[in-house]
Amino acid sequence: MSVATLDIRDLYLSFRGYVGTVEVLHGISLHIDRGERVALVGESGSGKSVTARIVLGLLQELRSAHVSGELLFEGTDLTTLSAAARHDLRGTKMSMIFQDPTSSLNPVYTIATQFHEVQKRALPTLGAAESRAMAAKMLGDVSITEPDRVLDSYPFQLSGGMNQRVMIAMALANEPSLLIADEPGTALDVTVQAQTLTLMHDLVAEHETSVLFISHNLGVVREFADRVYVIYKGRIVEKGRTQALFGNPGHPYTRALMAAVPKITGGGVADVEEASEAFAEPMVDHDRQAVA
Amino acid sequence: MRRTIAILLQNPLSLLGVTLVTIVVLSAIFADFIVPFPDHKGAVVDFANFNKAPEWPYIFGTDLVGRDMFSRIVYAYRISLILGIVVLAIAVPIGVTVGLVAGYLGGWTEYALMRVTDVFLSVPPLVLAMSIMGVLEPTLLNGMMAVTAMWWPWYTRLVYNITRAEKEEGYVLAAEVIGASKLHVIFREILPNCVPAIITKMTLDLGFVIIIASSLSFLGLGVQPPTPDLGSMVADGAKYLPDSWWLTVFPGLAILAAVFGFNLVGDALREILGADQ
Amino acid sequence: MSPVVRLLAHRLGMSLIVLVGVSMLIFAIARIIPGDPARIALGPNATPEQVENLRQALHLDQSIVVQYGFFVADLLRGDLGVSLYTNRPVIADIAQFLPATLELVLAAGIMMIGIGLPLGIISARYRGRWPDNLVRLVSLLGVSAPSFVWAVILMLLFAFFLPIFPIAGRISDIYSIEAVTGFLLIDTLIAGNVAAFGDAAWHIVLPAFALAVSGIGQAARLTRANMVETYDKPYIEMARSYGFPDRRIANRFAFRPSLIPALTIIGLDFAAMLGNAFLVEAVFAWPGLSRYGVAVILRKDLNAIVGTVLIISATFLIMNIIVDLLIAFINPRIRHSQRPA
Repeated sequence: MSVATLDIRDLYLSFRGYVGTVEVLHGISLHIDRGERVALVGESGSGKSVTARIVLGLLQELRSAHVSGELLFEGTDLTTLSAAARHDLRGTKMSMIFQDPTSSLNPVYTIATQFHEVQKRALPTLGAAESRAMAAKMLGDVSITEPDRVLDSYPFQLSGGMNQRVMIAMALANEPSLLIADEPGTALDVTVQAQTLTLMHDLVAEHETSVLFISHNLGVVREFADRVYVIYKGRIVEKGRTQALFGNPGHPYTRALMAAVPKITGGGVADVEEASEAFAEPMVDHDRQAVA
Repeated sequence: MRRTIAILLQNPLSLLGVTLVTIVVLSAIFADFIVPFPDHKGAVVDFANFNKAPEWPYIFGTDLVGRDMFSRIVYAYRISLILGIVVLAIAVPIGVTVGLVAGYLGGWTEYALMRVTDVFLSVPPLVLAMSIMGVLEPTLLNGMMAVTAMWWPWYTRLVYNITRAEKEEGYVLAAEVIGASKLHVIFREILPNCVPAIITKMTLDLGFVIIIASSLSFLGLGVQPPTPDLGSMVADGAKYLPDSWWLTVFPGLAILAAVFGFNLVGDALREILGADQ
Repeated sequence: MSPVVRLLAHRLGMSLIVLVGVSMLIFAIARIIPGDPARIALGPNATPEQVENLRQALHLDQSIVVQYGFFVADLLRGDLGVSLYTNRPVIADIAQFLPATLELVLAAGIMMIGIGLPLGIISARYRGRWPDNLVRLVSLLGVSAPSFVWAVILMLLFAFFLPIFPIAGRISDIYSIEAVTGFLLIDTLIAGNVAAFGDAAWHIVLPAFALAVSGIGQAARLTRANMVETYDKPYIEMARSYGFPDRRIANRFAFRPSLIPALTIIGLDFAAMLGNAFLVEAVFAWPGLSRYGVAVILRKDLNAIVGTVLIISATFLIMNIIVDLLIAFINPRIRHSQRPA
């Protein structure tokens, strides 16, 4: 068996603030095999977005953040790497897709320029003409029919869905082994979001890219992910294969999350109204149950 | 208010600002009791002690007719502050009213008022004040008029922008729906929302008025001798550089200290009141 | 019509309206003058007939509206009248003195951009750490004194105490350069005199820097404020997620979007230097408009006052138009009309 793309073991995170230390993650473990699509599901404030930023090494740069635990990326422990070495992985071996595509692209540069910048992370000597040819091909892969017009456009000239495709193409441009998608397309309308997610699904399958998919939208997760982790207040409360977990949710919190009615607005966000003591129950692990 | 003051005193830089402003204001008010030679604010001549480098009791030296530089600087602060306060007391209400009216009423009123404002804003401030001073006799009162004439448009611009944003807000629409008069909406609903930005700008501007007023008198177009003025002191002393350096350096640093103080306080207020434009 | 051309046309039209307003304003100010300009010009020994003749020649005997009409008619012919102080056409006086002032202002403007913007970038990039605190302190000190105070301090330090730079003037007396453009830095090059160019450049450093100090502070403060705002934008987090170096993120991804709002005000400050140049010129005996301007104001030389203010305002407006075009050039939203795909 090959080495897991990402293997997080017992990850803790706390912030030092004026009022004292705030613990955000209480020992999270999570692994993603090569080519696997794994979802991390939870409400806002559960710790899912900070987990993504720790994997990228962005949070470690904050002086107030204290991170401990093991972060194995393709067998290398990221926590033992120098900041510079961690830096080198970003944009080359791992990349990220953000929530709002239009505001995540720089407003004053054309798509072609931004593509070129991204490609130079992996190929520092790449010329503009070659970059353009490669970018046009990648835009074709995300079903953009007029790549040349898009490349010469600024983000504000394109629709949200179009920018989302651009961002997906950009994130995959350097053939990363890990793609982190933080609530992708939540800012878009539901049909556009579904289209782009299907596109992304097919592309990562083709490239055998591992995906850490962060979402609060259970419907989307069910379509997209192979395996699911449910996170609540900095702890994993349930994990398992998508079908197993959705078919037989074991943890009270997961059941509450599923029972919560998705609102029409806000992209089907389900909000669990009240915290229950039952949510503090130990983790339900579907893989282990299957073995037992 | 109490919270604002507490925050002001916590940060070392804004504390420095508050200290500088307090020293400047108190010394201007109590000048008669502080300075060693109160009569040196006027046309006193003491040739026995003229052009002396700093030495006790002349801690900042003496000028070319033997007057104590320290005493004259403290009295100059008094005049600068009076000028600054009077200028703002006239310019701010005018500028704010024009901005409110132009921003709220819109249409031709807005177009006409804002073009007039543009006219004032398109002459470099110092040049406008200079030309007004050139026509009038250079006195303290005329100096105030000249600086006021160039100052109000900046408040118009500021308040105009806020008003345009605020008039679409729910509370303004609500007041309009229940039939509040235009005057009520402008002065009771919109104006209070402009106040933090106005106060912040006024604090910063007290420093800038001192700069402009001293610039005018530096060119000989402001307060006339023997009234002590920081700008004309620098101008008079500049001819005797570098030997009589105290004639220019101390009044120059006095301007810097006062304006720096007002700027530090203004910056801190801007952060606390969140009045970024 | 391209958006940039449309913008240019709009700005030129607006500037023309404003310039007409300025001319009316300054004309009105000049005519409320106490005392009779004709009497002042001719001196106390003139006969009443002489005064009356001059009054008629200057149209002072007619209503202010008529006077303004004559003034505009003359202005359109490029005639700003005759200075009662120098007895030369005002336009000739200004043409003689303006280039020196413009040269000084442009040099200061280059320093303002070249020093102020990088300081602002550093400040924002190291937000909350010592380089930021240092830059904030220095830039606030910079805006806290009028340029004549900086002129005096710089002169004392770097011309007297450490005699590095010349004390006054535009160029050493040993050079005589034929005036072609009036800009010494250009005329010396036209004359092919490299030594004279170096000498003139050396002369302009201190006065230009004194004029630029508060502009540098203002530019640094504005750049920092706008960049701090930009740093919170999603596209900066995205740039970080791609592992771009901090320096590249600051200089490329954060700086350019921040420059657009900062540039408008930096442009205004740049143009305001035209006024402050008067102060610096006085300290460094710089042969620009300052001495002329102050002299004509003290002598109540109407034509010269009106002409000087008008020319300065026109220059100010032209500078603002250039800044607007620069902004249009770096802001794709203006350069390209919005057409969502």
